Parts: sequence; structure tokens; C-alpha cells
Amino acid sequence: MDLTYTPEQEAFRAEVRDWLASNVPSQPLASFDTEAGFAAHRDWERTLAAGNWGMVTWPEAFGGRACDLIQWLIFEEEYYRAGAPGRVNQNGIFLLGPTLMEYGSEEQKARFLPAMASGDEIWAQGWSEPNAGSDMAAIRCRADRDGDDYVINGQKIWSTRAVFADWVFGLFRTDPNSERHHGLSKILVPLSAEGVTVRPIQQLNGLPGFAEIFFDDVRVPVFNLLGEEGAGWQIAMATAGFERGLMLRSPARFQQATRRLVDLYRAHSTDILDPSVEDDVVRCYMDAEAYTLSTYQTASRLLKGGSIGPEASCNKIFWSELDLRIHETALRILGPRGEVEPGSPADRDELGTWLDGFLFAQSGPIYAGTNEIQRNIIAERVLGMPRR
Amino acid sequence: MDFTFTAEQLEFRDTVAGLLKTEVTSDSIRARWSTDSGKDPALQEQLLAMGVYSLLFPESLGGLGMDAIDAVLLAEACGAVALPEPLAETMMVASPLLVDILNRGLGNGAIQPIIDGVMDGRVNVAVLHPINPYLNFAADVDWILAGSGDGLYLLPRDAVNLTPAKSLDPSRRLSSVEFDPSAEHRVAGGEVGAALLRASLNLGGLTVAAQLLGLSELLVSQSVQYTQDRNQFGRPVGANQAVKHLLADVAVQLEYARPVVARAAYTVGVSPERADFAVSHAKLAATRVAQLAARQAIQVHGAMGYTWECDVQIAAKRIWALSYEWGDEGFHKNRIHEWLLQPNALLGPEYTFGRRSLVG
Repeated sequence: MDLTYTPEQEAFRAEVRDWLASNVPSQPLASFDTEAGFAAHRDWERTLAAGNWGMVTWPEAFGGRACDLIQWLIFEEEYYRAGAPGRVNQNGIFLLGPTLMEYGSEEQKARFLPAMASGDEIWAQGWSEPNAGSDMAAIRCRADRDGDDYVINGQKIWSTRAVFADWVFGLFRTDPNSERHHGLSKILVPLSAEGVTVRPIQQLNGLPGFAEIFFDDVRVPVFNLLGEEGAGWQIAMATAGFERGLMLRSPARFQQATRRLVDLYRAHSTDILDPSVEDDVVRCYMDAEAYTLSTYQTASRLLKGGSIGPEASCNKIFWSELDLRIHETALRILGPRGEVEPGSPADRDELGTWLDGFLFAQSGPIYAGTNEIQRNIIAERVLGMPRR
Repeated sequence: MDFTFTAEQLEFRDTVAGLLKTEVTSDSIRARWSTDSGKDPALQEQLLAMGVYSLLFPESLGGLGMDAIDAVLLAEACGAVALPEPLAETMMVASPLLVDILNRGLGNGAIQPIIDGVMDGRVNVAVLHPINPYLNFAADVDWILAGSGDGLYLLPRDAVNLTPAKSLDPSRRLSSVEFDPSAEHRVAGGEVGAALLRASLNLGGLTVAAQLLGLSELLVSQSVQYTQDRNQFGRPVGANQAVKHLLADVAVQLEYARPVVARAAYTVGVSPERADFAVSHAKLAATRVAQLAARQAIQVHGAMGYTWECDVQIAAKRIWALSYEWGDEGFHKNRIHEWLLQPNALLGPEYTFGRRSLVG
């Protein structure tokens, strides 16, 4: 055990910090769930890509820097510390990217990864259907083989970023006689294809953060099949592992949020009457630290050839419930001032960002598999409790 | 940056844990309850032969030259069988304190023979820190290192008065200890005495935190077993989501307490200036998961969980006792609050591991 950064890691941190200091926009960008904000975030992805910072863990051939996981954590720490914009292409770079790297053909990697890292192609997710939510194996959206094409019919829902994105990846039933997790395949579909209709859904904050997607005889070439036909479930589980685990929710996000929470507490401590607030502020900070330590431990283990198993479900529960507690505590500090939406002219201290984060935090225990499903996974696959 | 234990560290842990699992069963623990000493002398011999009592003494003194990172795994293993004997405390608290005193040239030549005696099993030493009102297994110690104010005293057993106190945990043998803090027994005082006591408090907190992790694991595995075996409504009770989630919550907290305890073990050796904070975090996180484990374990065992016969009481009562030893929640929270909320606290990402980075 050696919990010090090497001189190379320190130098890498310094390089990231310097680059971000001169490139992060001085004003926060509009939400990427607005048309203008989406475009601004795409530009930011292009800026990152121009500096080769788009996806640092990827091989150089695909626009990356071949960084290891410790460097990835350092990059993320600096990224959040600098207050850099959210990653509009997170579905692509954090979820589909690693899946392509593992299951894609060389031609598919060359076709999709560079455009993903550069922000030229931004991805939406297509898992859930109206009758396949927590029970994802109930998927009915069909992709029927017809010559060198698949013909897709059906509906997806809760597709994050789909309103403005360029592509969607999702799980489709390629064997019409199959049931449950058999006969599913992972297929990549351009949202500009004929027969695709995207209907925005307003989220709790009023913005169209996700959408329904309708497929009406949509044709895509067989080239767009990722992995073997019928192996979709297994591939989707790998993607879900990335989503629950360290790629999508690196600890830096919570470290930064809890540092801001400590600052907020200090700035308002004389107005706070509830003595339990201080305890909750400190608890949030310590839990973010615990999440960080756990992630460094996992990264160290992976670097030595270990693997992530069902304990990724612990991650999902821990960070999503921590995120809620952080924002609930912030609103308890702000009291009646916390009600005001971000961007309100009277909100000169930009306190509204806490409200924004509070609303978003409501979704954490639901998406990527609800926390109830995660607790079932932990009980059955980590602890070995009976399934029925 | 490498946040893993080495294969050798894990192997040594597995060897000791294997012995403990075979020898320290619910039955053998219950058998101790009706004896005067509360100990298993045969087990002591086996542990001694494995070198466990020499672990943290430097090789120059004939020890194994290991550190808190090695020892924390063993302390967790002691918890995982609810070992009644204070092995972890002797190994991780008393031994380093003896070495610290010796290295500072204190103790008037009394320390070296004590260290030799600990390593060959002839001498028993315990540390009585002022934060703990009682000392466990005091009756058969030969020497007590006791703190009073900033003074540290080395007292032979016959220089103290012991008054027994019955613990809620039948495995523990508590006494209150009265002694005369006289110059004759004084080893250190002032800044040095305070530093020695502070270091041993941190080692004590770390030792207890690691045991609490092990005790939580023990309760989870006992509980999982019970929910598989016990049937109601024609199926195992563990098939019910409500029951699953009680134990999944413990598993999640355990997953995130473990690296905090590992970081504390690293910090006491390498960045002692951050040890107060790292140890307090570890003690709080471990106490939180252990308290939850005790509560949920009793709940999933139903009425059985509330009986003397059910073995859940062994670990649950240990948890309820250890939670308050070596600094209770209030003590450790205060240390963290002071550290975190001071105006000059260094909170950037480069400070997570306690070293100032080259940048910033």
C-alpha cells in the first residue's frame, strides 16, 4: 500500500489543472437539455477533444491519451474542481465507449469512437420501454433481420439526451420467438434515420432531458449490431456495470459538491438554528471521502488485474443516496432562500444551483436500475440470499 | 498510488484467520464465559507460535517488523470470530507504545525485558488510556501502561487496585483501575507524555474500528444463513425483499467503511499529522455499520434474535461495548468537525491522501 502520487501523477495533475484554468468557460453554460445549451456543450466537447482531453483513458488512436485509472481519477478531480461543464456525451463516452472497446469490431471502433471523443456524434440511451422498466427483460421493441439490414419497430422511453442527440444505442429483440433475456441484441441507430420519431418528455425541472423514441420500419445495416446477435443482455449488463460504477459517477463530483457544501455552511453558519445541520455537512463530506477511497481501492485492484463484480451495485446505492443527502443538507442551510430557481435575477449568489442539483438528485436512486433492484442484487449475488 | 494489500499481507491474515475460525467458535466462546480467566490458554500458545505477538516489534528487537497495515487485517479477523482475548489491543496498541517509549530512551531499562516477555508469551501488558473508564482482562496483566493527565505511568500489577465491573458482554472482563500517579512509575509527561497517549489513542481507535468491521461481517453471515434456513409461508424468510434489504444496507455500508479503516492504518504510520482525522473517520464509519449490523441481525432472526441461546448476542454485545471504547461518537465527531470546519482546512482533491501536492 502506497497512498502517495508518483511525480508523474503529480505532473499529470498539474498539466490538467493548467489546461482547464485557461480553457474552462468563465460563465456556466446553459443546460444541455436546451437547444442552445446542447450546442454550447457540444462545442465544449470539441474544445476538450482539440486538447486531447475528450476521453483520456482511451487509446491514442481513438482520440485518447491511454491514461490508467488513477490518472482518470486525477483528471476527474481536476475537472470538477475547475467547475468545467457537464459531459453532454456521457452516454457515449462513459457507457457505450467502454462497451464498444470490449465487444466492438475494429471497424466499429474506428467508425464510432473518434466521433464520440470529438463530440461530433452525441449519444442517447434506449433501454426502457413502457412495459420494461425495472423488468428490463420484458423488452418488446423488435429488430428483424432483412438481408443486410435490421428493420426496427417499437418504442423506447426515458431516453436520456435523445431530444438533441445524433445516435441512440439500445437493446432490441432480434429473435421474435425469444423470451426474457434471450434473443436480445445491442444495436446502434442514427436518430436521423427515416421512421424515427422523438417525442420530448419534460423532466421535474421543466426541461426535455429525456424522450420517447418511436421506431416505424427503421432500417439500419447489420454493421450496427454490437457483439453477437442474441448476446445483448450480457453486453447490456456490462454497460450497466459501467453506469453504476466508477466511470459515470467518479468520486470527484461528490468531493467537489461536499467542498462547496462546507463553504456554503461556513458562509451561512450564523443563520442556522438547527444544530443537526453541521453534523450532516460533516457526514456528507466524510461519505464523499469514503466513496473516493473506495474508488481508489477499486482502481488499484483493477490495475493489478482484478475485476468489478456485483459490488458495483453498492456504488450505485451509495453515491445516489449521498447525492440526495448533500442537496437536502444544502437546502436546509438555505431555508426559504433555497426555493429560488437558478438564473433568477434576484439570486445574485447563484444559490439556485443547489435547487437544480436537488431536483436532479431525485433521479439518482431511480435510473441505472432502481436502488431497490440494486439491493436485491446485493442480497442475492453478493450475500447469497435466496431468490425465492 | 497503490491502495491494495500485498499478497503476503493477505496470506498472513488468511493463516491467522484460519486458525481463529477453527478455534474460536460460538461454543468455545460460551465455554469461556464460565471460567475465571475468560481466556483459552491453548489458543494463546498457537497464536504465539504464529508470531502474532511479535508482529509490530521491529526486527532489531527480534520482532517481525510489520506495521499497522499488516495488523489491521488481523484485528479485523479477530472481530470476524468475536475473539474474546485482547489480542488486537496487545498487538496494535501496547506493542507500538512500548517501542515508542524504548526509542525515546525512556522507561529506565524496564521496557526491553517487557518487550522480550511479550514476544515469548511470559509477560502480559495492557494500556489504560484515560478515555476508557475500564480495562479489559486486567486481572492477569503483569504491567499496565496507564495515562493520567499528560503523564504516562508503567505500573506492575500489584501497584494498582482493581475493582471488577460486569460488562453487558459476558466475554469481557472489565475492571476499574486505581493507581497512584507517582514519580516512581512515571515514564513520560508533558509534551512527550501527551504525544505518546495521543498516538496510542489513535491506535486504539483503529484497532476497535477494524474489529467492528469483522464483527459486522460475522453478523451478516450468521444472518444470511438464518434467512436461508428459516421457512415461513412455505419459503425461506430471506426470499422477502424487506428482509433482503435489511442486510443489503449493512453490506453497502461495510463496503464503504473498509477503505476508510485501511486509509487510517496507512495514515498512523506514514502521515501521523493526519492520524487524528483519519482514525476518527474510521472509528465513526465502522461504528455506524456495526451498530446497524447488530440491529438488523437481531431483526432478521425474529424472536430467536432476542434469546440468550441465539449466537447473535456474542457479536452484537461486543459491538455495543466496543462502539464506545477508545473515544465515543461525540469524541471522534468533535475531532473531525474541528479539522474540517477550521478556516484553513485544506480541502482540495490533492489532499485526500494527506500529502501536499506539487501543484496548488
